[in-house]
Amino acid sequence: MRIPCPFCGPRDSQEFSFLGQAGLKRPDPNAPDAQMQFHDYVHIRDNKAGVTQELWLHANGCRSWIVVTRNTLTHEITGSEFASPQVKEAAQ
Amino acid sequence: MSQLHRLSSGGLIDRAKPLSFKFDGKTYQGFAGDTLASALLANDVQLVARSFKYHRPRGILTAGSEEPNALVELRQGARREPNVRATTAELYDGLIAQSQNRWPSLYFDFGAVNSLLSPFFAAGFYYKTFMWPTAFWEKVYEPLIRRAAGLGKPPVGDDPDTYEKAFAHCDLLVIGAGPAGLAAALAAGRSGARVILADEGPMLGGRLLSDRRIIGNQSGPDWVKATEAELASLPNVRIMPRTTIFGIYDHGVYGALERVNDHVATPPAHEPRQRAYRIYAKRAVLAAGAIERPHVFGNNDRPGVMLGLAMRSYINRYAVVPTKRVAIFTSSDEGYATAHDLIAAGASVQAIIDTRADATISAPNDIPHFKGARILRVLGNKQVQGVEIELKDGAIRILDCDGVAMSNGWNPAVHLTCHLGGRPVWDDKTNAFLPGNVPAGLSVAGAAQGHFGLKETLADGLRLGASIVDELGFKASGITTPDTDPESLAHTPLWRVKTSKGKCFVDFQHDVTDTDIELANREGFRSVEHMKRYTTLGMATDQGKTANISGLAILGEASGRKMAEVGTTIFRPPYTPVALGALAGHHVHKGFRPTRLTPSHQWAEEQGAVFMETGLWLRAQYFPKTKNESWLDAMIREVEITRSKVGVCDVSTLGKINLQGKDVGTFLDRVYTGTFSTLPVGKVRYGLMMREDGFVQDDGTTSRLSDNHWLMTTTTAGAGKVMAHLEFCHQVLWPELDIAFTSVTEQWAQYSIAGPHSRDVLIKLVDPQHGISNEAFPYMACGAITICNGIPARLFRISFSGEMAYEIGVSNRYGDALIRAIMDAGKEFGITPYGLEALSTMRIEKGHVAGSELNGQTTPRDLGLIKIVSQKKDCIGKHMSERPAMLAPDRPILVGLKPKNPKSKLTGGAHFLDKGAKPSLENDLGHMMSVAYSPMLKSWIGLGIVKRGRERIGETIRAVDFVRGTEFEVEICDPVFFDPEGVRIRG
Ligand SMILES: [Zn+2]
Repeated sequence: MRIPCPFCGPRDSQEFSFLGQAGLKRPDPNAPDAQMQFHDYVHIRDNKAGVTQELWLHANGCRSWIVVTRNTLTHEITGSEFASPQVKEAAQ
Repeated sequence: MSQLHRLSSGGLIDRAKPLSFKFDGKTYQGFAGDTLASALLANDVQLVARSFKYHRPRGILTAGSEEPNALVELRQGARREPNVRATTAELYDGLIAQSQNRWPSLYFDFGAVNSLLSPFFAAGFYYKTFMWPTAFWEKVYEPLIRRAAGLGKPPVGDDPDTYEKAFAHCDLLVIGAGPAGLAAALAAGRSGARVILADEGPMLGGRLLSDRRIIGNQSGPDWVKATEAELASLPNVRIMPRTTIFGIYDHGVYGALERVNDHVATPPAHEPRQRAYRIYAKRAVLAAGAIERPHVFGNNDRPGVMLGLAMRSYINRYAVVPTKRVAIFTSSDEGYATAHDLIAAGASVQAIIDTRADATISAPNDIPHFKGARILRVLGNKQVQGVEIELKDGAIRILDCDGVAMSNGWNPAVHLTCHLGGRPVWDDKTNAFLPGNVPAGLSVAGAAQGHFGLKETLADGLRLGASIVDELGFKASGITTPDTDPESLAHTPLWRVKTSKGKCFVDFQHDVTDTDIELANREGFRSVEHMKRYTTLGMATDQGKTANISGLAILGEASGRKMAEVGTTIFRPPYTPVALGALAGHHVHKGFRPTRLTPSHQWAEEQGAVFMETGLWLRAQYFPKTKNESWLDAMIREVEITRSKVGVCDVSTLGKINLQGKDVGTFLDRVYTGTFSTLPVGKVRYGLMMREDGFVQDDGTTSRLSDNHWLMTTTTAGAGKVMAHLEFCHQVLWPELDIAFTSVTEQWAQYSIAGPHSRDVLIKLVDPQHGISNEAFPYMACGAITICNGIPARLFRISFSGEMAYEIGVSNRYGDALIRAIMDAGKEFGITPYGLEALSTMRIEKGHVAGSELNGQTTPRDLGLIKIVSQKKDCIGKHMSERPAMLAPDRPILVGLKPKNPKSKLTGGAHFLDKGAKPSLENDLGHMMSVAYSPMLKSWIGLGIVKRGRERIGETIRAVDFVRGTEFEVEICDPVFFDPEGVRIRG
């Protein structure tokens, strides 16, 4: 398996470590139901079969956290970008 | 007499290089270019193995990696390798091989009695017989089965050889160097594209080495030689013989195993035995050829029964006539090619038994030719002695022969096309499963695609090679398909001889017969996947390369379904077995776990330190004064001196992270439970870090060196995880924060100087312009200083031991010099170095938490540290750690434990029970986490978590350790055993 790192280019997957679903928003700690929201944020996942967005760390590379678009049914990877919009902007 | 079955001329062997080898203790001769199988056959050794289940005598069925029968143990001792296919093992001088799965000898095998018990060994035998009682499985059934039905024995001792991992990149990977592969590589190579051509064998050419064919005006082997020479002359082409592509993985990654030195007795110095590659290829052509199908008839497993192409291969490539009086059993015109080659080699063809009544091809010379006939069974036990045949009109005949050559059509080697989930599709025209949905980037050429004729195979390879490189932006040119001699490929497979007598084997390696498959069908295992698992068809080391398709056909016949309806099981990596050593490569022993040494390591060694592993680090455990001083005595001495005078400890292994930027304070407030943004410059604060799920993940101190410059320390073990966590927090959660950070663990050597005289020692080292009096540099102060006349250093007034203590950091290249300078300066105060044992004891005496307590299952509240969770702000993990159950009073909490008898040696992991309570989950009060012998209290002490522990201080409970068989009464106490007011630390 190879993962395209937006900074390093396509690299072997063994250089990366996997975290999980991307795009989760850390809840507002001051919300009245913050505790319940944090519970969902920590534990509840879509576990989608198909196209997913995942967080990977290029641990043995540039140490970027990246969002990889991967189809869990085919393993096809159709895109990857920096998780941080600031880094994305700086890279352009 | 030697090599009676060797022809006097011809073949691709080197008669100028005779080789001597041993099989089962007997010495034989062969030639360079032989395999073990061809050399054994040259010496008329037909019986080479016993079968897996029935221990039936077995010979050599094939001439390639699909061999199910001829498995041997190669080499001896630590280099012994079981289940080596004699058909692929290259002969070398001094080769030693043993037959396996027999006792006491191959010729007389006691286990053959299984054959008489065969009604009990039918399909599903294991499931039905060894069901229960369950307790019998481990002690009785499994050892019994293993002894009776084992394959070879594993080697003894560590593998003395080395293995490598390697990587390769190319535009086009060609898998297999038969006619299709060579043609594809040539077309692509001439365009300038980067090509890798890999073949499992030592010589390129594939089938062209086995058959007598003409290409253009050259013989097959000559065309191969010319093509190989041209490929070798192209700098963009890499030829990899002895290399099996064993698996296809996602995104154009191919697993390859190069057998670098399997063809010699021992690898030359500094060379590996095998090398496992990851090949990254933009495109690939699978030109793996096809595997001939055996017939299924009575006793078709007797030594002397061989596939037709294998027979031709031994004659033409190895100049060996395997057997001299051969019956040809064929459902294909190719059986007649075998007859011609046998005659040309001077052997006798006793008859051609063609299962096709309508065969149009004629037999050579005046060989008896039976159309529409079939072999009912083979006569003979350890060697074919004849065949019983049924003629078209039903007449039975006995035919004298010592060998049978079978040709029943071809199974394309589609294995690799299945590795990413592809399913082969049955094709009625070619009577074969052809590649279905193949992996992205892979194309299939030649016989693997069902194109069995030589000319179409060559055309296929050239066309694909050229079109692929064109698509990749190269330009192929000058490609014309050469002419080939005529060939006749007509065939109508016969899946089994139904009127057979005796056992008809489908899977030779797993001893699965046609009746096993019928039984599976009768018992309802009609899906191919169920039948496979019930009968174990195709589940041996050869993955049923010669067996599966016949098995499916018989299942189809038994269940009244067509081949296309039955479908097929799919193949998984590896194509042929791969040694774990090759996959591990050099990542073994210290290559797997390199050792990290601190800057003071050499100095500590000089002091006679005893080291221990903490993660990858080697750290001094204690410094014995004499050879006989025990760890306990040394630790007591080191603690007593440190607490009464002064001690020094290397703490360089702690993780260190350098943080800079104007938002570091805000960032730290969010990742630590406490508030850091208010920390003044020149101060240090203790920090506790949670995961978002509310459990503590690490602790340490963070210092503010200047407004925008901070230094964090982590635990030794947590350094890597904390770094990744902080990167996640910054890059994913709060990218808007203006911070940057990097690990500086290895850049700094750091020593803790602790004890009442610590400042006295330090004053001698620190340059005089830096005031370090108690007032100028109080507890929790930090700052940049210089030492020893201008060497930059950092000083932190922090303490893990509870004594007045300083940590001093210097660039790691000064680490060795600094420890020596500290020891010199401390001499007059009686300084001692101390190791991890003393460090740990002193922190337990002070009730400080460390690794055993920060085990990923404790919250700040559980550790008694709720007071350092700020209630004025959010931080990672705060909400989750405050869910009602996490704060329930019943949840175990950290306390100290003191045994009633100070000599009772407490143990970590012991569980706590009330007096009189039975050991049960409900009665469990918690467990001991860390223990030490306290020189200050002259007693063993411990830290642990106890339900309602803080409310029960002073009460007595039991510490029960079933693993070590101890039970002690312990008193619950405050976790701070020593100097609870913290007087000493402030100096
Ligand atoms: Zn990268």
